[in-house]
Order: sequence, then C-alpha cells, then structure tokens
Amino acid sequence: MLLDFDTTKPLYLQLAETVEDDILKGIFEEDAQIPSTTEISMNFKINPATAGKGINLLVDEGILYKKRGVGMFVCADAKEKIFQKRKKDFYENYIITLLNEAKKLKITKEEIIIMLRKECSQ
Amino acid sequence: MSKIEIKDLTKLYGKTVALESLSLNIEGNKIYGLLGRNGAGKTTLLNLITNKLFPSNGEITIDSETVFENENALSKIYYMSEFNLYPPTMKVKDLFKWTKEFYWDFDVEYASHLSDKFGLKKNKKFRELSTGYASILKIILTLSSNAEILLFDEPILGLDANHRDMFYKELINHYSGKPKTIIISTHLIEEVADIIEEVIIINNGKLMLSDHTESILSSGYTLSGKAEDVDSFIQDKRVIGIDTIGRFKSAYILGSRPLIETMNKHNLEITKLDLQKLFIQLTNS
Repeated sequence: MLLDFDTTKPLYLQLAETVEDDILKGIFEEDAQIPSTTEISMNFKINPATAGKGINLLVDEGILYKKRGVGMFVCADAKEKIFQKRKKDFYENYIITLLNEAKKLKITKEEIIIMLRKECSQ
Repeated sequence: MSKIEIKDLTKLYGKTVALESLSLNIEGNKIYGLLGRNGAGKTTLLNLITNKLFPSNGEITIDSETVFENENALSKIYYMSEFNLYPPTMKVKDLFKWTKEFYWDFDVEYASHLSDKFGLKKNKKFRELSTGYASILKIILTLSSNAEILLFDEPILGLDANHRDMFYKELINHYSGKPKTIIISTHLIEEVADIIEEVIIINNGKLMLSDHTESILSSGYTLSGKAEDVDSFIQDKRVIGIDTIGRFKSAYILGSRPLIETMNKHNLEITKLDLQKLFIQLTNS
C-alpha cells in the first residue's frame, strides 16, 4: 500500500483507491482479511478516523465486509465490482488527461492514434 | 469522554496581553493540533487549562467543572510540559513509581514496555538523559498516565527522525486502543497534519481558526502556473497568499475548487492547500 500525499484528492479517498488497487493486483485476495484500521493508520501516520472513513466507503460499495470481532475482509465479487467502477473512470482519468497532455506537447490526434496502434500491435 | 470548555479567556502579564477573550470548545475523544507562532500563547493556554497559571478573566471547565483549584477536574489531565519538573537524581524506573503516586491509573508495565521500545535505559538518572531521551521519558509518562486528556507541548523536541516516527505511530496505536482527548502543540505542522482531526490556530493571543482538518484543507486550493495566467485567474478570487519563483507563481485561494480539466486547458495546475502553507499565510502579519 502506498499513498501519495500530494494530490488534490482527500486522503480517505486515496486510501480507498489504494486498497482497491491492491485487490486488483491480488495483494489482498477475495475473502482474505485486510490490515485493521489501526494498522493502516499507524503505518501511514494518519488519523484513525480518516482511515476508518476510507475503509467504510469500501464497505458501503460492497467491496469489503466486516466480520464482527475479527476484522475486515475482501468480498467475493470485489474484483468485478472494482473493474466495473474503474472502467467508468477510465475515460475521465486517462483519455481526457491524455488529450490535455498531448495538446500541451502539440501532439496531433493523428499522431496519438498512430502511437496507440503501434503500441497495441506489439 | 472529557470535554474542555474555554470561555472568554484573557491572560495578562503586566501590560502584555498573552491571551485575549479566547473561547473554544474541545470535544472529547479527538486529536487536536494546537498551532501558533512563537509567543502566540500556546503554552500559556495549556498552563491555564492545567491550572498552572490563573486567568485574568474568563473560565475553563472540564466536563462542566471548573479547573480552578479542582483536584477532580485536574486529575483527568496529564500535561507533558516543555519544562522538566522531575527530581534530577531520580532514576527512570523510580520516576514511573513516583508518577503512579499522583496518577493512580498510571500503567507501569506499559511505561516499561515503551522504554524498551524507544531504547530508554531505566537505570539512568533523569539528569543524565540527553534532550532527546528527556523528551522520550516525558512522552512515555504521558502515554502511560491513562489520563482522559493528554496535553503535549512540543513533544518531539530533540527527537531524531526514527524516534519521531515511533512516537507518532505509538500515539495512533494508543489512541486507537483507548480513544481520549489529545492536544498536541507543535511547530512541525507537516508531520502532524494527517494525524490531527481538528486544528486550532492561535495568533497574537487570539483564536484565529478552529475547525476540522479536512474542512480546512478542502476550503481552498493552490493554483500554479505562469505568473500572468495565474494573475488573470485570481482577480476576483479570495487570495490568502502568493509565492513567486521567477515567472512561476503559486496562489493560495479560499473558495470552491474549479474543475481540473478547465484549469489544465489554461495551463494552470491545481493542487490541494497544505496545512503548513496555509498556516504561514494566515499568521504572516
């Protein structure tokens, strides 16, 4: 788990995304336990309320579930749920950002398409 | 869960005003950061809360009981002061027992465990400790006191990076296990910015700001880019400060954040406000 403290995103959202990333990468497997809020807040030196807010967000979205007295676990269909959610964000986060950066660098749309074709054919 | 209420507090030293009509509610079970420049009145406030000083005017209560010469209210607080008020020839391990005489809930075992963790030698006399280890001892005494309210005045004075890291982690661990009201007065804002849930800023003896850390940080943004571009954008904005390096300019702005995409089109970059920069801008006059 890594957090980037410099972006505009509130810390609890960053934490939630980091946990999602680690689920996608298989660091946290489905039905497996994730670190406790205390462990997470100690590790990143963040307020336990902030860590709790991030984790609860994932509980609300059905990505994590709580076992009373034991801890937090990854839901069985967590990966699929994250995939669906991330696909929606893909356009905003990557396509739009890509086009903005390209504009800054005066790269034309045709050039981008050529680059993509080349990369995909490899 | 212990609450501190401060009403219209004024403290004068002769003709010097150290605190002026300061009112503040400190809710229970939260971690507060008490921030202010040198001489702003932070230590005076902590000394007044712990009845080490008497107010010229106003009142402080803990759970609705006045702190003025009130053993019951004061026994709920442990104050880690900048000053060393311990018998200089007493050994560390005896200081633990000595503290237990005053704080009955003091956890000697936990204090001993923390000493091993931080590498504090329990057979050393207090006067033999370095500045860093004197701070560590005081941190250990405070955490082990089991008081409902913990006040830390410059806790990390003389601590190296490793010990600071250990302190913050232990503080979070301790707080997670047994939530309590914690106030940390510090100049190292960046280090505590993500730990504190509430921010209190005192400037020239007056309360300047008291709010949730998250609300403060989301109340504005930093806009950076070419000086002319930044200037034209900020004309009608509430700017609290500006940093310039050559033709590059960063403006610290209060108000809701414009869309990142819109800004990118104008070659402007948006980042979040950071607590330390905000503090510097707010207390800069």
